[in-house]
Amino acid sequence: MEADTAPKAAQAPKIDWIDKLRHLLQTLAFCLAIAAIQYAVQPERPYELPLVYSLAIGSLTWACIDFGRHLFPSNAATGWPAGIPGIALPACGMVLGYLGGTALADAWFGWSSWDGSGLAQLRVSVVITLLAGLAGTYFFYTRGHSATLRAQVSEVRTQATEARLKLLEAQLEPHMMFNTLANLRVLIATDPPRAQAMLDHLIAYLRATLGGARAALHPLADEFARLADYLEIMAVRMGPRLAFALDLPEALRGVPVPPLLLQPLVENAIRHGLEPQVAGGHIGVHASTRFGPDGALLVLEVVDTGVGLAQSPAHDTNHPGSHFGLTQVRERLATLYGAQGTLELIAGDADGTCARVTFPLNSPTP
Amino acid sequence: MIIPAPRALIAEDEPLLAAALRHELGQAWPELEVAASVGDGLSAVREALALQPEVLFFDIRMPGQSGLEAAAELVDAWPDGKAFPALVFLTAYDQYAVQAFEAQAVDYLLKPLQAGRLQKTVARVQQLLAARSAAAPLSETTLAQLRSLLGAGLSPATGAAPAGGLLRFIQAGHGSRIEMVPVDEVLVFEAADKYVRVLTAAREHLIRTPLRELLAQLDTQQFWQIHRGTLVRASAIASAVRSESGKLTLQLHGRPEAFAVSRLYAAQFRAM
Repeated sequence: MEADTAPKAAQAPKIDWIDKLRHLLQTLAFCLAIAAIQYAVQPERPYELPLVYSLAIGSLTWACIDFGRHLFPSNAATGWPAGIPGIALPACGMVLGYLGGTALADAWFGWSSWDGSGLAQLRVSVVITLLAGLAGTYFFYTRGHSATLRAQVSEVRTQATEARLKLLEAQLEPHMMFNTLANLRVLIATDPPRAQAMLDHLIAYLRATLGGARAALHPLADEFARLADYLEIMAVRMGPRLAFALDLPEALRGVPVPPLLLQPLVENAIRHGLEPQVAGGHIGVHASTRFGPDGALLVLEVVDTGVGLAQSPAHDTNHPGSHFGLTQVRERLATLYGAQGTLELIAGDADGTCARVTFPLNSPTP
Repeated sequence: MIIPAPRALIAEDEPLLAAALRHELGQAWPELEVAASVGDGLSAVREALALQPEVLFFDIRMPGQSGLEAAAELVDAWPDGKAFPALVFLTAYDQYAVQAFEAQAVDYLLKPLQAGRLQKTVARVQQLLAARSAAAPLSETTLAQLRSLLGAGLSPATGAAPAGGLLRFIQAGHGSRIEMVPVDEVLVFEAADKYVRVLTAAREHLIRTPLRELLAQLDTQQFWQIHRGTLVRASAIASAVRSESGKLTLQLHGRPEAFAVSRLYAAQFRAM
């Protein structure tokens, strides 16, 4: 048992001494209150008596429990030892605190509570220790619990902010932005109407990227329009190396979908499929429906004729952005649709890749 | 004697940007003749060798292979006795490249191109072409710069230890069997088409992990890069021999064959 818990205690987070001091002061205040109540009930006895016993028993009980809990692995949700130690710890703390505290106070007064005359008083202090111990433990437990919860909430918030930042970085990738601007600069001089059209696509792309995370769902037709903006920009840049087709059946135009869900898939198809390939290729985006065991499913596919999964540098540690795109799509699907939302990557017949997203046709109930 | 007009090769995969560079060069340097404009890194090397222009404008991010890789390949394939072209890289955004370019042995242009900046580059290249003799060898500063640029592309965390730790075993597939080859026994990693040959004193294995990925997981003190596609164990090097044509080859303890050293990495084999 000793050998078992020792390494865990070594791994436990460092003891926060400021926190412990705060707990000690709270405990002392609690003890003073108890002593005051006892004095109020039995004013014929000197105040020193309940004061010393209360302080000795209370602070020792607190020390046993508050320091003892670092010996056990604590539950992440409450910051308190999990399972049996969580109950046994305050019980043991109270017994030890009571026996030790009584002995300490006895030493202070120079007598023993254990001989005949003090027995009645002992019974009273057992009850007081028990009630005060339970109340104190409950107080610190709920305090610790809410502090842990607060810490968790702020951590989740930090993670969400980081994810949003990474998403923005991926979408406003400097290479894409500066090359697009370079093309625009050329077009302004040579072909102003085309420059204007390209600028309009860029504006729509930026508007969607910068504001997209705020809307929960938008119609599939809008999603396709944003993909068209991006692909039109890329078509100007890549010239004849990029051909694309967007295929959206009339009946599916109004289906609500998470905004910019397909964007990372199209970006991956270009960046890891077409860009490495000298001849370029074709990108097709298709929407269709299929019947699954739990009702109608929407199937969205991004198909490219690029270099394919095996040679794609997506598996390459030098391109940290590619995994992020796929992970992000998977996470969004899981959050909105649970197990019913899936992302599959399928190797094409010859070369190329198909990224297929499937989720229920009916809008999710968040 | 009339000095022939200098010629340039443009390698840029975005057609509008290539056309714009050609146009801007026409204004900034009217005598320069753009001999060809290609859209990928493989054609860039082919055309450069065929045309042997005086100036190269290479985009860094291109299909086929990057402008940096194309330049490294050219350094090796360039015929002896012919001056290596002045190299100018084009990039939209590449912080590592821009850092490495600070020394400015080779020049770079940031996209979108600006006429004033292009004018400076043209002046610098003209100066370089005028100053050097016909058979000037590539300067070591240029080579060092190209090396560091290629290195910067390999490991984003420059100089830092690989996140996954150093590789200790090579898992080499032989049919349905996986052999564990201790890295300590490996003498050479050599890229061969889609595979990497792993040579020990006695055996040869083929693995699919690309060389650049291996490089990030190996101790570069132990394994030296001697060519774009070759890493050798430094302690196994027996001798380096320079042939009459100036090509450098290595002999290793424990392997019968010789290994070619690229000009890019030849500097580490000078006599003390």
